[in-house]
Amino acid sequence: MAKPKVATTSLCGCFGCHMSLLDIDDRILKLVELIEFHKSPINDIKKFTARCAIGLIEGGCCNDENVHVLQDFRKNCDILISVGDCAIMGGIPAMRNTIPLKECLEEAYLNGPTVYNPSGQIPNDPEIPLLLKQVYPCNEVVKIDYHLPGCPPPADTIWEALVALLTDKPVDLPYELIKYD
Amino acid sequence: MSNTITFMIDGVEIEGKPGQTIMQAADEAGIYIPRLCAFKGLSPYGACRVCTVMVNGRPQAACTQPVAPGTVVENDTERLQHLRGNIVEMMFVEGNHYCMFCEKSGNCELQAMAYRFGIAAPKYPYLFPERDVDASHPDILIDRNRCILCGRCIRASSDLDGKNVFQFVGRGKDKQIAVNAEARLADTDIDVTDQAVSSCPVGAILKKRVGYAVPIGERLYDHKPIGSDIEAARTAGS
Repeated sequence: MAKPKVATTSLCGCFGCHMSLLDIDDRILKLVELIEFHKSPINDIKKFTARCAIGLIEGGCCNDENVHVLQDFRKNCDILISVGDCAIMGGIPAMRNTIPLKECLEEAYLNGPTVYNPSGQIPNDPEIPLLLKQVYPCNEVVKIDYHLPGCPPPADTIWEALVALLTDKPVDLPYELIKYD
Repeated sequence: MSNTITFMIDGVEIEGKPGQTIMQAADEAGIYIPRLCAFKGLSPYGACRVCTVMVNGRPQAACTQPVAPGTVVENDTERLQHLRGNIVEMMFVEGNHYCMFCEKSGNCELQAMAYRFGIAAPKYPYLFPERDVDASHPDILIDRNRCILCGRCIRASSDLDGKNVFQFVGRGKDKQIAVNAEARLADTDIDVTDQAVSSCPVGAILKKRVGYAVPIGERLYDHKPIGSDIEAARTAGS
């Protein structure tokens, strides 16, 4: 029987949650016995070509590309997991949610104390994903099946959850593996 | 005999004293009732409703409800834990709780309560309200993003410190903690040793220059859920 496929992505995140996934150390050898990585920054597969059992989502949605990728994951994965605080509640990027987008851009490209921008342009190329008015938690965009909090979630948390799902057991994490920091 | 009041919590017979609240009697018996606004040494307040119990089938705040002979109290039931969890989730979405960089993380009672209830993520949409920070005082700061309106600082300042530094202003979603001065915390008579400062259950009132003093793994709620100390008395006693 073919191994179940797992896809991963980093939306508006810092790749810290992917680092935490790699932090399972030598258990990664056991993991690749259990699964096959599909679309993921780990192997640089860019497009879904097969149905995936699990999709791991790092980061919230801050631009239109994040939303499209997340919807693509929902379409192609049986189970979606929000990995980390950014996917769950927006995280650090969501700190801009209380500031109007125009002010954020002006601070970053015009008024910031270290800005050098003689043309006074705010990047506006159609190639650049359009920023959303605010950063959205993933479960406010698509249905999310499981949440693994943490910044990042401990490697053990990701490992235990994956193994439980892949072996058809309930994801019942002990007290010490659910942490918000 | 007239000095004890016998009642039941979850089928266990509890002996309380006249004038005690259900929470106080439960604490002495080693039964933990979750709470956020209740604090040892402060008068009962009944603000957060996390301590809601069923008293003879009716919901009551255990921190304000006096013990009465023969009452039947439900505490650790699935329904109540679910409702309490919902209250905690609402506190998370109606503020801006960034645990990842909060100095209180690991020692925060709101966070610990969510851990105890096993909350991985709130089910409600985040509001991302605009709240301000008052860092005017040389030793203390107020970050209203994290305030859960428990009123502990208000009571600690007036009842324990003999001052009147804090008050609530506004109503509903605009309710917030304010200081008894023209504008800033620096203009009040608060001192960094005041119990109003240390009574804050979250990271809303913080001492400056403390930082992340305790390493991860050694903080108050890293290994044991909040309330374990109260429950330990029972396991040891029985």
